[in-house]
Amino acid sequence: MKILVPVKQIASLDDQFEMRDDGRDVDEDYLEKDLNEFDHFSVEEALLIKEAAGDEVEVVVAIVGDDDADDALRTALAKGADRGIRVWDDALANADGTSIARILAKLVEREKPDMVFTGAQSSDFGSATTGMALAGLLGWPHAAVVSNLEYKPGASSATLRRELEGGLEEVMTIKCPAVLSIQLGINQPRYASLRGIKQAKQKPVDELSLDDLGLDASDVAPAFNVRKMYAPQRGKAELITGSAAEQAARLAQIIKEIRGM
Amino acid sequence: MSEIIVIAIQRDGELRSSSLEAITAARGVKQAGDTLSVAIVAANPQGLAGALSVEGVDEVIAVKATDEFQPDLIEAVVGALVAERKPSLIVTAHTVDAWSFAPAAAIKNGLGFATDVMALRREGADLVATRAGYAEKVLMDIDFPGKDTVLLTTRTNVFEPASGQGSAKVTEMAAPAADIATKHEGWKQPADAGGIDIPGSEFILSIGRGVADEANVEQFLELADKVGATLGCSRPIADNGWLPKARQVGQSGQLAASCRLYVAMGVSGSVQHQWGMKHVENIVAVNTDPEASIFSIARYGIVGDMFEIASELENHF
Ligand SMILES: Cc1cc2nc3c(=O)[nH]c(=O)nc-3n(C[C@H](O)[C@H](O)[C@H](O)COP(=O)(O)OP(=O)(O)OC[C@H]3O[C@@H](n4cnc5c(N)ncnc54)[C@H](O)[C@@H]3O)c2cc1C
Repeated sequence: MKILVPVKQIASLDDQFEMRDDGRDVDEDYLEKDLNEFDHFSVEEALLIKEAAGDEVEVVVAIVGDDDADDALRTALAKGADRGIRVWDDALANADGTSIARILAKLVEREKPDMVFTGAQSSDFGSATTGMALAGLLGWPHAAVVSNLEYKPGASSATLRRELEGGLEEVMTIKCPAVLSIQLGINQPRYASLRGIKQAKQKPVDELSLDDLGLDASDVAPAFNVRKMYAPQRGKAELITGSAAEQAARLAQIIKEIRGM
Repeated sequence: MSEIIVIAIQRDGELRSSSLEAITAARGVKQAGDTLSVAIVAANPQGLAGALSVEGVDEVIAVKATDEFQPDLIEAVVGALVAERKPSLIVTAHTVDAWSFAPAAAIKNGLGFATDVMALRREGADLVATRAGYAEKVLMDIDFPGKDTVLLTTRTNVFEPASGQGSAKVTEMAAPAADIATKHEGWKQPADAGGIDIPGSEFILSIGRGVADEANVEQFLELADKVGATLGCSRPIADNGWLPKARQVGQSGQLAASCRLYVAMGVSGSVQHQWGMKHVENIVAVNTDPEASIFSIARYGIVGDMFEIASELENHF
């Protein structure tokens, strides 16, 4: 019994940043990389199932990314995932969620997992695409934004809750194997222990190219093209400057004015 | 001359108003000679056709099936519509339901695709969409070269709901065969608010992950009390159990419906948080990061430490 958890290394911007010369992305120097917040929850959900089943479950984490992305993968391994797969090719520089889904579909063919958990979205671009696109390619049952899951390894169906707008949840049963996108708050993700971090360095990571998966660059062309990226118009906010005491004094004044005190 | 199709969404037989927002987005890029159709899957789609027959809609495609949300069914409907009508554009609102079906429908049919689109326009014949990136800190203009059909999900609460009486013809479409893998078992309502009233509060002081530690929350409860505000929070604070869910502002929490003054401390301004508060007339953002996206919707901005500001603010009340 196996659970595949695809994870992403996200990028956040430094306080100050500049665009790349072609204007279609931020200059790499201003990006800070980390494991996607949502993926802490999807990894945790897989580990909880593994632990409840007494370890006969294998948790495999997969990432599409260059050498840099190894860190994010090791973070997931340090929490307790059994092994990793990293896929990269320079042709993936413009990859979007649909490109990643095409790679993951090949990994599912190879690994034959019983379940796939992704994060509900990534915290950098928030496309909420990869997991459900993967399900579409595989023709697998799928549900997005899963906030609760009852699943016994190997079962032919699971009961879950989808979190909808306004905090309403829908209870549904779903056939398995399935692709589920996991929502924040479904569990309390663990931190990796020091021992876990040490062990993660030794855990096996398969490194694969597009070629290894029988794909070429045209198979992973993105579903959109970025013409340009730019900072949004700011300037709407009136900046309150000065010392903290001065800023707070002005804030107090605003509060009193608006409340008619 | 081509067709644009909006996929409207209902829940329990009631039309989601964001469907009307998606119609507005689609209407805005309709060119001379284009037709605009709206497809709705429901147990009684005819009953919803009237509400969808707004100005600019030429046809309502009524698919009689079930009120239950089944992503497999919607995907089959999209597949059939692409095959039969070869639309140039399909639009649906970026609801949680769309999260389930839109990516799958797009990839199965090889469509151009983007989610959470905030603006849509034509540049010549090209369709150009705008979406955000890097936690809302940048925008990007995107297009779809070589794609005959593009599927877009539109950010909710951005486009005005379409109105104006239309005169759409109603066409019935048989529900296509689909392998349905999910079954609705019931609803779970959010927990009782326990007297906390975010929707009814005129003044909300909200804290986000900048608060850093559960032990720091108490002082903001006291501060809110002192300045006469209701304490609100962003989602991670509620997820951690540091404050009850009833205090969470945003898409999966509460709408600050009566709020006139919203002071956000240590909140970055994610789209889901903004959903619950960006309409508020007076937003004050306190954040150490001058690039935090909350500043783009705030009326007043304080680049600074929420703890320092909080302890100074106390002295004025
Ligand atoms: C389907 C779905 C629904 C969601 N619904 C909601 C919802 O209803 N409500 C919601 O809030 N989120 C919701 N989210 C989560 C959302 O995507 C974000 O993860 C969340 O809003 C981030 O919360 P935050 O701004 O507190 O944290 P962060 O994004 O981590 O921001 C913390 C901010 O604090 C600032 N900061 C740090 N230290 C200090 C300091 N000492 N002083 C001042 N500033 C400081 C930082 O600069 C940063 O900007 C939802 C997500 C999904 C996928």
